Amino acid sequence: MSEGLSPLDRPNSYIGRAVPRPNLARLLQGRGLYVSDMTLPRMVHVAFVRSPYAHARIAGIDAGAARTAPGVVAVVTGAELAEVCTPWVGVLTHMKGLKSAPQHAIAVDRACWVGEAVAAVVATTRAEAEDAAALVEVSYEELPVVADMEAALAPDAPAIHPDLGDNLAFERKLDAGDVEAAFASADAVAQAEFVFGRHTGVTLEARAMLADWNPGEQRLTVYQGTQAPHMMQNIIAKHLGLEETQVRVVCKDVGGSFGVKVHVYADEMATAALARMLRRPVKYVADRVESFLTDIHARDHRCKGRIAVNRQGDILAFEIDDLTAIGPYSMYPRTSAIEANQVVNLVGGPYKTPNYRARARVAFTNRNVMCQYRAVGHPIACSVTEGLVDLAAREIGMDPVEIRRRNLLPDDSYPAQSASGMKFEALSHHAALDKLVAMMNYPALRAEQTDLRAKGIYRGVGLASFIEVTNPSAAFYGVGGARISSQDGASVRLDAQGAVVCHASVTEQGQGTEAILAQVVASAVGATLDKVRIILGDTDHTPYGGGTWASRAAGIGGEAAWRAGVALRENILKVAGVMLQADPSALDITEGQVIDATGQARVGLDEIARVVYFRPDTLPADFQAELIATRHYAPKAYPFAFTNGVQASWLEVDIKTGFIRLLGHWVVEDCGRILNPQLVDEQIRGGVVQGLGAALFEKCEYDARAQMLNANMADYLVPMASETPDIQIGHIETPTADSMLGAKGAGEAGTAGAAAAVVNAVNDALSPFGVRLAEIPLTPELVLKALGVVL
Amino acid sequence: MKSAAFDYVRPGTLEQALQILSERAEGARVLAGGQSLAPALNLRLAAPELLVDIGGLAQFRYIEEGADALRIGALTRHVDVERSEIVARRCPLLSRAIAHVAHPAIRNRGTLGGSLALADPAAELPACMLALDAVIHVAGPGGERRIAARDFFQGVFETALRPGEVLTGVEIGGLGPDRTYGFAELSRRRGDFAIVGLALAARRSSTALSDVRLAFFGVADRPVLARAAASALGAGDMSAARAALATDLKPVSDAQASSAMRLHLAGVLLERAFNETLEASA
Amino acid sequence: MNQPIRLTVNGELVTAAVAPRQHLADFLRETLGLTGTHIGCEHGVCGACSVRLDGAVVRGCLVYAVQADGARVDTIEGVSDSGEIADLQAAFATRNALQCGYCTPGMLLAAQELLLVNAAPDRETIRDRLSGNYCRCTGYHAIVDAVEATARARAEAKR
Repeated sequence: MSEGLSPLDRPNSYIGRAVPRPNLARLLQGRGLYVSDMTLPRMVHVAFVRSPYAHARIAGIDAGAARTAPGVVAVVTGAELAEVCTPWVGVLTHMKGLKSAPQHAIAVDRACWVGEAVAAVVATTRAEAEDAAALVEVSYEELPVVADMEAALAPDAPAIHPDLGDNLAFERKLDAGDVEAAFASADAVAQAEFVFGRHTGVTLEARAMLADWNPGEQRLTVYQGTQAPHMMQNIIAKHLGLEETQVRVVCKDVGGSFGVKVHVYADEMATAALARMLRRPVKYVADRVESFLTDIHARDHRCKGRIAVNRQGDILAFEIDDLTAIGPYSMYPRTSAIEANQVVNLVGGPYKTPNYRARARVAFTNRNVMCQYRAVGHPIACSVTEGLVDLAAREIGMDPVEIRRRNLLPDDSYPAQSASGMKFEALSHHAALDKLVAMMNYPALRAEQTDLRAKGIYRGVGLASFIEVTNPSAAFYGVGGARISSQDGASVRLDAQGAVVCHASVTEQGQGTEAILAQVVASAVGATLDKVRIILGDTDHTPYGGGTWASRAAGIGGEAAWRAGVALRENILKVAGVMLQADPSALDITEGQVIDATGQARVGLDEIARVVYFRPDTLPADFQAELIATRHYAPKAYPFAFTNGVQASWLEVDIKTGFIRLLGHWVVEDCGRILNPQLVDEQIRGGVVQGLGAALFEKCEYDARAQMLNANMADYLVPMASETPDIQIGHIETPTADSMLGAKGAGEAGTAGAAAAVVNAVNDALSPFGVRLAEIPLTPELVLKALGVVL
Repeated sequence: MKSAAFDYVRPGTLEQALQILSERAEGARVLAGGQSLAPALNLRLAAPELLVDIGGLAQFRYIEEGADALRIGALTRHVDVERSEIVARRCPLLSRAIAHVAHPAIRNRGTLGGSLALADPAAELPACMLALDAVIHVAGPGGERRIAARDFFQGVFETALRPGEVLTGVEIGGLGPDRTYGFAELSRRRGDFAIVGLALAARRSSTALSDVRLAFFGVADRPVLARAAASALGAGDMSAARAALATDLKPVSDAQASSAMRLHLAGVLLERAFNETLEASA
Repeated sequence: MNQPIRLTVNGELVTAAVAPRQHLADFLRETLGLTGTHIGCEHGVCGACSVRLDGAVVRGCLVYAVQADGARVDTIEGVSDSGEIADLQAAFATRNALQCGYCTPGMLLAAQELLLVNAAPDRETIRDRLSGNYCRCTGYHAIVDAVEATARARAEAKR
């Protein structure tokens, strides 16, 4: 048996099977443990006094009445908190030119968005803390408000941070090939301005932290629903003046994250600092209004795009000019320039076109902070690219499938590189498109469309090919100086009854990490799945690693677990070789039994454990068993393991009301080796629906004074069961050779392309009217205006 | 977010409730199903000193039919209306409309009286009462009053209820085999408040509709009767009816839709609700 | 001022003194430790706090604990321990109809009520009846599958 044996070839492999997740039974019975469920002795609750103004100087704070209110333990201002928690600046050295200003856990002298905390009230119950927060009198002096991205960059705009000179946080330009010549030689040029609403993650469990400073141990234990425990350990220690060994971050069940819970939030830093100040456990659970006002927002781009094409349907060039606004601070530590940077990286990515010019600008405004949310930059890049491709097809009268077939990178052209310099190991655009066309029965839908049009019913098909960044190496953050690990570790040991316990640094957010690791470890060791236990989310116990973000848990964390499992199997077989007086290389493990070359079971893992742990005296004196193995993994051959896929939407537009009804959605995706097909499918479905939300519903509405108008669940619309179609999924498998498992990420592909497919389908449905919509969310009002039905 | 503190009483009789309300008129709120009041309290948009919970007054939870009338108690829950065979048979407009009121868990708890007394201008049930020309029964320190639905709804969350009065039920008269109804609404998502909605009630003869009442909701500060459109519809002229909406309605503009869009949608709903009455007769 | 209440929670008689402003979901979670009832919005939109009150599913955040005096309350812990929804839970597990699990207790109670009212719902009806329960993870497809499968299995079992 060789270490290089494909996991699929191993006997009793669980790889590629839809095994049930070990944590489901608990969650189904309401027996999960989320941070919001936790209580500790002497625990107190914090509520924050938040700025009602988008930009205001804090002239004074009178907390007298609040301090004497029932149940109040402390009222803490920004200046007081700054004595125990230092400010931070959200920049990275590899994002050249990115600037931001120091941000405090609680605003010290100036509030820069509606909802920024200006004081903390700690009380014995959350209700009492809220009561007292209403009694804190803050004197504000309003300052000029920079309400939107265009205004932010106007020549006479007031700089939100005068020290920075202006409101341009970041700018990137790229020019590849010969764009001028390409446009000059084009038979047709199409252009549009693509507008993307500002939206947010809306995790069903709000952000929550329970921080417990133990003066006796001089240690802070932080229970947090987070995607990146070790990153939080580092940041909390750094800004509270502690060693990392003094901070333990524990992550139990997390009620949804989607990128929302991978950032450093001012109010959570304040919670940790308050625990240290007050020397007792402090709990913060954001209420839903706080979530809307302070959870990161995302997207909010205006992107002008142009495409050049010849009569034969060859795409000659792409050009974009993208503008976004990120709020008053670049988020820490990942920065808020990443989304715009990704747009530049990804536009045109599926296509062989070498000519590409791009500019992206990132502005400061007095709205809530923005940062990375599921599929960072991808939905914008995909909507712009695929929108332009459809416009080009329309210009030259070519079918949308045909123009993609002509221009997508050929499946036999890898390794390849995009115009923007993205390196592709191996993709499968054409196989995916062929499979999609067959799955959805594209010709039949076209026939149905034609028949129904004659009856005044307008249905449309929209396609969107995409690429997705997964398994990021240190190129994402590490090279820029952030202590965000791009490697992950797993430690696998044999227990005394022959069970296998795996501690790993990636985390579970509901996507199924525990199941993936369990099946990887079981397969690698040769144990049965029911004997594997996975332990995650505790910086005191797990190996060091990055956690869950950028579709990396399975591809990177899974690979570490595989390698650790393989190493443990070898260690076990050494013991077995001694016990059986056989050559370990002639033995293998399957279903918890060591077998010989004939497949005969020779000894069980339970027996090996018994001998090693309780009768080591029976083993040779010069032999020491090691029934634990730890391995780490970081991708090395490529900066990112790109995946690819294609989506299609089938929908009906009611031309009288502007309402859009989603009838069907298809996705074909290639995430490399599929470890668990059910979990991949459900990641894609969930991701698609978040993209459908962006396409049709979700938008943080702001007025001219930068007040958010719909900061509640009734007014911020997300798609619910009745608005969502069934979603059919197909796969192509092109494993990455950068790892033994060959798995790439799958968590964001659904979100990457869903909105693009919907917008293309709406434009297809309304093509008899010459309508070209390029703004999302596509509200009924936008549709009716485009149709000229209402002005 | 947690509600500000309040006191709470659950009177055993209507008389006790009225007594408490008369003593604590300022700062007291009547609590029925609580499905609109509790969100307002939890968001600290309202902070009454006292909630007078009339939810235990079982005698106001009923659906009764008379010869040509239907009487529904104020504490009748939406789910009771939804599942009522009497309502389905005698006044199917309500059965149609009630399915659009929020979601099952809200309908399990929310009450007819609560919805009417709240008077949300985008809500279905006030418009239905207007279309049905219902009479709303209230009780107060001055005794009982009967108020026509057209006089009851007076603005955003404003009604003819006087301080200390409690809505006790509704009576819907004039029911008979010649009644016909239409209902249509447009909301962004299932269960959301409507951008525009329409409750249509009329009498049907072999040739035409008569006594047409068109109650639009979501268009103004209260449900609105479109009288000119109704009379055009009675004359069988749909295009005149649609045109007349421009004089009947002066729709509001908000983040959901402009005034012009609401007016356009009202016309679309008029056709759809009217077609529904035709299908019912076919 | 706190007010005394007596109610039956998951079959057990409970007495407590509650602040009138404490909603039922907080009472269940904080006073009784029944943390399977989750809180997602506290303004009646998301459905995570769904519990059964006298047999009907309600939003736990839109009922104050004082209002539940004399009532019977069933939570996810109760219907799990009684086995009432074991088949539905198994169908959710088989179909991976949950990811983070935060909406799941409310979703299960809503689905169970649907199946009690309508034993053979089609997919559109399932989506309609669950439209008040927010799930951000799954995209709903798997949930609809699981409810549909449970309905079919129950119909088979009756035959």
